[in-house]
Formats: sequence, C-alpha cells, structure tokens
Amino acid sequence: MTAEAVTALAGPVDRAEPAFDPAAEAARATAAILRDTLDGAERGVVVDSPPGAGKSTLVVRAALELAEAGRPLMVVAQTNAQVDDLVLRLAEKNPELPVGRLHSSDADPYDKALDDLPSVRTSAKAADLGGLPVVLSTAAKWAHVTVDEPWRHAIVDEAYQMRSDSLLAVAGLFERALFVGDPGQLDPFAIVGSEQWAGLSYDPSASAVTTLLAHNPGLPQHRLPVSWRLPASAAPLVSDAFYPYTPFRSGTDHGDRRLAFAVPSDGSGPDRVLDEAAASGWGLLELPARHTPRTDPEAVRAVATVVRRLLDRGGAAASERSPDPVPLTAGRIAVGTAHRDQAAAVRAALADLGVTEVTVDTANRLQGREYDVTVVLHPLSGRPDATAFHLETGRLCVLASRHRHACIVVCRAGVGDLLDDYPSTEPVQLGTAVKFPDGWEANHAVLAHLAEHRVTWRP
Amino acid sequence: MSLITTLARLEAVRTGRAQSAATVRHRHLSDRPLVFVPLTTAGEAGAPLGALAGTDRDAPHLLVVPQPRDRDLRFAFLAELADVVLPHIEAYADAVEAAERTETDPETGKRVKVEVDLCADAAQLIVPSRAGVDFVRLLGRSMRFRRTAEQDPEAPHPAPPRVPLLGRWLTHYGERARVPGSSLLLAMTDLLGRHWATGQSTLEDQHLGALLAWIDPPGGASGAEAALRAELARDADGQLLCPPAGPATDPAFDNKLLAPAIERYDRARTALAAAEDGQAADERLGALTAAEREIRALVESRTRPTWDAVWRGLDLLRELPAGAHVEDRWTRDRWSFTGHRDRILSGEPPQPRRDDAVTAANKLATREREQARLEAQEALDDPLVMAGRRLAGEAFAGEVTDVVMTYSEGKRPSPRPLVTVRTEDRPHLGDRVKVYRSLGGRPQAAEFAGQEAEGVLVLRIVDKMGRGKEPEAGSVPEKGDLVCFTLFEHEQRGGARLPDPEQTPWTHGGPPGEAAAVPEAADAQTEEDIL
Repeated sequence: MTAEAVTALAGPVDRAEPAFDPAAEAARATAAILRDTLDGAERGVVVDSPPGAGKSTLVVRAALELAEAGRPLMVVAQTNAQVDDLVLRLAEKNPELPVGRLHSSDADPYDKALDDLPSVRTSAKAADLGGLPVVLSTAAKWAHVTVDEPWRHAIVDEAYQMRSDSLLAVAGLFERALFVGDPGQLDPFAIVGSEQWAGLSYDPSASAVTTLLAHNPGLPQHRLPVSWRLPASAAPLVSDAFYPYTPFRSGTDHGDRRLAFAVPSDGSGPDRVLDEAAASGWGLLELPARHTPRTDPEAVRAVATVVRRLLDRGGAAASERSPDPVPLTAGRIAVGTAHRDQAAAVRAALADLGVTEVTVDTANRLQGREYDVTVVLHPLSGRPDATAFHLETGRLCVLASRHRHACIVVCRAGVGDLLDDYPSTEPVQLGTAVKFPDGWEANHAVLAHLAEHRVTWRP
Repeated sequence: MSLITTLARLEAVRTGRAQSAATVRHRHLSDRPLVFVPLTTAGEAGAPLGALAGTDRDAPHLLVVPQPRDRDLRFAFLAELADVVLPHIEAYADAVEAAERTETDPETGKRVKVEVDLCADAAQLIVPSRAGVDFVRLLGRSMRFRRTAEQDPEAPHPAPPRVPLLGRWLTHYGERARVPGSSLLLAMTDLLGRHWATGQSTLEDQHLGALLAWIDPPGGASGAEAALRAELARDADGQLLCPPAGPATDPAFDNKLLAPAIERYDRARTALAAAEDGQAADERLGALTAAEREIRALVESRTRPTWDAVWRGLDLLRELPAGAHVEDRWTRDRWSFTGHRDRILSGEPPQPRRDDAVTAANKLATREREQARLEAQEALDDPLVMAGRRLAGEAFAGEVTDVVMTYSEGKRPSPRPLVTVRTEDRPHLGDRVKVYRSLGGRPQAAEFAGQEAEGVLVLRIVDKMGRGKEPEAGSVPEKGDLVCFTLFEHEQRGGARLPDPEQTPWTHGGPPGEAAAVPEAADAQTEEDIL
C-alpha cells in the first residue's frame, strides 16, 4: 500500500459498496486487540493471524504499549530464532526500552547481534533480569523459571504451534496473556502416541490455544484480516483452501508486485515455469508420473535447476516497498520440502550447481519465514500412499504461503489420483473438534488451482 | 519404515527367512516371566472366556469361564487369576534392596538424597500380542474400581477379595507398557518384530504364528509358505490349524464349537436347577461337569498352541545377548514397580479413570524422553541399529586421518582439537551441527567444522577433555582410530518441572478442587451386567 493510496482511500467514499481498505481494516482489528489486551476484563485474548498478517508487528506493538503502561511483561516464543527476532524488532522500534533476553546455558544461545544493542540485557538466569519492563525467552526456558510474584502480563507468540503441556509449564508465571498465532500452520506433535488423552480438554499433545479455549470459552478472539506478505495472486487461494471460515485478503492489489527476468527464457521446462510464475504468481512444474523414493533424484534435480535458473536469469522484484525493482538474490529465495532428507538432498543438488546461499528447509522450520520466491517439492510427489503426515493441512499451508511474489511447485503427475485412492482415514476421537478443512480437501483445492499454471516437463 | 528395515524385509522375501534386525536383545527378559494368554468372548467387551497363565511352560494354569455372560463365573475367573498373578507379583514386591533417590525436601525445597527401598527385581508379564496388552489394560480397568464385601458391605455384587488389587496391578502394567523401552509388560509379537524383519507387513507381523513361521519355519519350508499356512490353513472341520493368538477367537471356532458347547452347558445348568430329587441332581451335576469339561478342553485347545509359541519366542530371544543399556532400562522398570507397590502399601486409591492435566503432561514428557533415550541407546548398543541410523544420515563412522590441536579464545584457552574423519557415510551435517560419540559410556560432543573433500569431515571436539590446558590422555581420538559419531544426543535432559495438580493454572481448568479428592466409584450397574 503506497502512501498515495492510503491518502486516497482515507477520503470519503461515496459508492454504495465501500472498497475494501486493507490498511484501515488492519488498523481497526489491531486497535480492538490492543483495547482488549490493555483494558479488557478477561484474563486472555486470542488472536488468529493468517500468514504474513503482521503478527510480529502486532506482538511488538502490544509489547511496547504494555511496557509504556508500566506493566511488567514476559514474552513467550517457541524458538530461539523467534525470540531473537522479536528482541531485534523491539529494539528497532524503541531503542531506549530496557529489554531482557533470557537464554539457555548452551553454547551460542542467542543471536550475537543482540550484544550490540545497549538496551538489551542477556542472561541465563531470570533473577538477573528482574525489574526490566520486558523479558523474552522460549517456552522451554521459561518452563524452568520459578517466581514468587507472577508477571502482570504475558504475550505468547506462535501459540498454535505451542503444545498444551508446554503452556501448562509456564502458565503459572503470568496473570493475563495475549495469545497470538496462525491456526492454519502445522499443529504441534508428539513423538509418542497420545491417543490415551484424545478428547480431554487438556490433552497435552493438543495446541495451547485448543486447551485454553476449551477451559475459557468466553475469551475474546480476534482475527487479523489482511495478509501483507501474500500477493493478490496467492491470498484468495490460501484463504479459500486453508481458512475457509475465516477468510482474509491481501494488503496489495494485482499489479502492485511484479517479477521480471533480465534473461529471456530458453524454452526449457524450468524457464517456462519461471515465466508462468512471474506472470501469475504460481507455477507447477509437473514431471512424469512415477513412484519414487522420498529423495526422488529427478524431482530434486528439477528443484535445483529451477533455483539455478531463477538466479541466472537476473530476476528483479518490484513491490510496494520500493519504487525500483530489487534484484532477486539467493537470500530472498527458499526451497521447502516435507522431510529433512529431502531438504538435505536438495541442498546437495544445489551445491553441485554452485548455489549455497538459498535457504532449504522443511515446512516445520520454514514456519514464520518470508521470501520473495519459494520453490516447493510437493509433499505427495511420487508417493505410492498418502499418509496423515503428508496430508496434514498445515504442512501444505506453510509451503504455499511463504512467498511475496511467486511460488513454484515441483511435483510428479498423478497426485490427484493418489488423493482419490487414499481418502483420509484417521480415526474419529470422541470429544475432539474435527479440523476443517481436512488435508484431502485442501490438497485438492491447491492442486486444482496449480493445474491452471502447469508446465509439463520430462527432464 | 526406515531404509534399512525396507532392505531387510526385501531380503527376507528373497531368502524366505526373516532377517536379523538386531544383533543384541534390546528388551529385558526375566528368568521367570509370567506368561498370560487370554481369550475374550466375541461381542462382549471385557468378558473373558478363559486363559492360560503361569511361569512353568509345561504346567500352565488353565482358567475358563464356561458361561462368559454369567457375572459370578466371571468373578470366579478373576479371583482365580488373582491367585495366579498376585502371589507372583508379591514375591517380587517383598524382596528389596537399599537405593538412593533424590527428592525435594518439603521444608527447605532443596533436592536431597533419601534412602529408599528398591525392589531387587520386578515381575515380568508377557502376552502374545499387542491386543493382549490392551486386554490387560481392559481387565485392569474393569476390576480396579470394584468394591469387595469388606470395603462396602452394601454392594449388591461384591467382588472377590483380591480382585480390585489385581485390577490396580494390571492397570499399572498396562500403563507402563506405554513407556517406550519398558519391559514390565511385553507383547511377544512386538518383541520378535523388534529383533527380526520378516517378508510381510508389520500388520501381518501381529499374527504370532505367522511371525514365528518367518523367523523359524518348520521343516525347512520357506517363511512365506509357513506364514501363509499359519494364517489360513484349516482342518477338515474348517478350524484353523494355528489358532489366532487372541484375545479374539476365530469366528469358525465360536460358531461351530464354542457356541454349541456353551449351549449344552446352559441346558445342563438349567436342568440341574430343575432337578427334583437327589439322584436326579447327581446325574445332572455329572452332565454339567461334563459340559464344563468340554468347554475347558476347547479353551485349552485354542490357547495351548499360543502358549507354546510364546515360550518358543522366548527361547529365540534368549539366544541373543542382552544389549548394554537393557539393564539400565530395567532398573527404571523396577523403580516403576516399586513406586506402585508403595502406593498400594500406603493405601492410596486406585488409579483414576482419566489423568488430570498435570499427570497427563508428565506422562507424555516421560514417554517422549524415554523414546529418545531408547532410540539412542539401541543404536549405541547395536552396530546393526547404528548402521540404520548411518544409512539415514543420522550418524557416521570412519577413520581419523588427522588431528590438529587448536585452542578456544578467551582468558583460559581450552583445547579444541580439530579431528579429520574420513567416512563413506553421508550424514546430514550443516554448519556447526553438534555430533556426539561415546567415550567410555559418556557422550563427548564435537561440532562440524567443515568438509575438506567428499567424505572428509573436520570436527572440533568441545568437551570431556578435562580441565587442564592439555586434553586428558585418551580423551581425543588419534590418527588411525575408528570412530562413530551420531547427530542425535545420547542422553536426555530432564524436562521442565510442572506445577502440582493442586496448582493447575487457569489455562488448564484451574485446580481440581474438592471433587477430585473423593475416590471414584465403580461404574453403575446396568441390566446387561446381570444375566
């Protein structure tokens, strides 16, 4: 959203149906959240945030306002990277605010960049950080902290990725809390069976928000309505496929983001799919149907080739952030896979092509990250069966919602038939809310859309 | 399924014999396990039909319920089962040794060592299949809330004296069986499936007869043929030659043999009740006894092959030497056994139907920790398991080709030797990824410092070299040493301390309150409960 656009839309609108103003909608939602957080009567506030809807911005803003109101605040995030990121953002917004970073006693427990910030104090002991207006750490570290006097307020980030038992360990540390997260991403998981507790309101393997709302159904629930990350080409699909009952819009319009290449296409499959993705925001590079091992060598090579060409063709991305196109560098590209061995195979294939700077990771680790272009190895590509793991809605949602410009999916043909052959057969557990949409439906929705941007290629 | 398991299964198909999936035994086996082969009644959840139980492979106790829907006969069965199982358990509960345990001092809040009793050994229970473990759990659930005449003189159908106690023990065993690596209650199919890979699916491996046929095919037949025969072959009357390991029975057996026999028994019983004089009663009692004997013979004919198969499986497993960490895990089982013994001795009520939030979270944390511990220990104990992890990129073995001494920066430089390892494995190493090797049973950590060439890895050793400037002798690998590093940790950290159940926070429903303090009653009886 450019400055002019905001000014233009802020004026009186006479049309019968007022145009959707993303900035105003988002501001309205944020204001309501902050009101409930600062002055609400309830002990908790839950905020659902679709991908790239400004969740971190909200957390930082809420933290600053709580600190300003003189309420001691603890922030709970799920990973050290998330904590460090929040600390950096806080310091950027208010360099004067004293901030505590509670960290583990391992080697290299936090981002070294924090040491350069004068207002940030780091320690492995909570007692050293007493009295600071804001203290941040991971849920795992907070679980080892004991206090005589609980914090007045807490912010729990990525609350949908936090497990219920993890919340149980830290909930005694605070009186009230703001829970922020994305319900569409991957659910937390346990490495052992937990069917024994399925259906209990406090099932320790469920998400923290599920347990919280089961016990406190009256808590105010808010929703951020605008995704600033996803382009206009992606928001409708992601919203329809993964958030059918809580739709959201993109903050930018068609044409606000453009991707162009300096080097013209050589007519190969990878180049054609790049052009398709540059034009439409989506590209499907379809390889011939085949049952393959997980680290399908052809598909892995195809992914690596697409990335190589993406860099070689001198991509430039124009967006609302800057008037001039910005070169598409390796740091702005990510490759997403379902399994770690697939990520390792792609890394090796990229290294063979001389590409080292591109992020390659699994859906679990790409959660919360943002890139200009993503290349995804479809979780069901080449598989003979569709297990619950590969069908999990959140996995596909994460992979399909990391990009600001375009997403290219590499997949073997036949996934549609595979989905029809293996309808989801998870047992229904009494007392457990069925999650919609299920992976089967979401996968079909995404496939149907991708089919319109298909480039078939025989490597 | 891991790549190495897939390969082993393919090889089993090709050779017709199950392939070793382990070179050592990864579960503790007691010298005197109590084997329990239960059968249940079709269509009646929790109605036992009979069982073989005991510690002597040649002389099992045969327990039979001639009319499984008769509540009194069912109680008689459970009382008899208690007479077999409880003395066995109690013998172990009585033999203790002194041990130390760290506890939180209630006054100071500090962790202090206290001397406690630890059972010198624990009773081990072995059932044929995973469904048998579920059945043990179900029996425990159905018994532990029952009230005896002594506890509640008003109870309309008081349970025999020791039945609730048996229920509590079986519940404990069933719950402990959910902890990865525990050996208090084991299913023979799981045990065999852990140590051998067959040429059939893991679902088919749940059939004990078929599984054994792959591992030890009779008379030189191929495993596939023998397994098929074990699963499907029937005699002239349409009965399976190898009865299923239960607790469910074969429908052909239920319909053709069991149902008519129970009907004869019912008729004989009705006739006896209607007898008008002593002589008629004597005759009819004879008929009833004969009908009962017939059912006993039927139950024995379906449980005995499974009983023998379980002992055959034990023989096969005993041929493997125990893994190095098996004893360590069994000690945890002994602690668990002792803990339950103490809870019973101190008069605590039976385990609740549902865990509270804190207990559930603690159990899940324990099981996840034990799962990680088990996976690491199995790999360390067994080169074949480690080979699977190496194939999966989670470990690597190789020869040390160079060692260069470097030191950490800082006021007190510590040794940080750079060790070059040449390996043919392909571990998933990223920059500064931590790797571990076992150094005298303790994990030594190193970090990945770079790759010199394909298969030539440089590692920086970071700990376990003593406090001095020079590393202690033997703490750094030398050129020519064969080393094996893993990407997974060898030991598990303790989890977070959860609040006491009385301190359950508002996010999880708050403290349990008064209601939770009242012991739970048994399920209310319905008309179906009483025949």
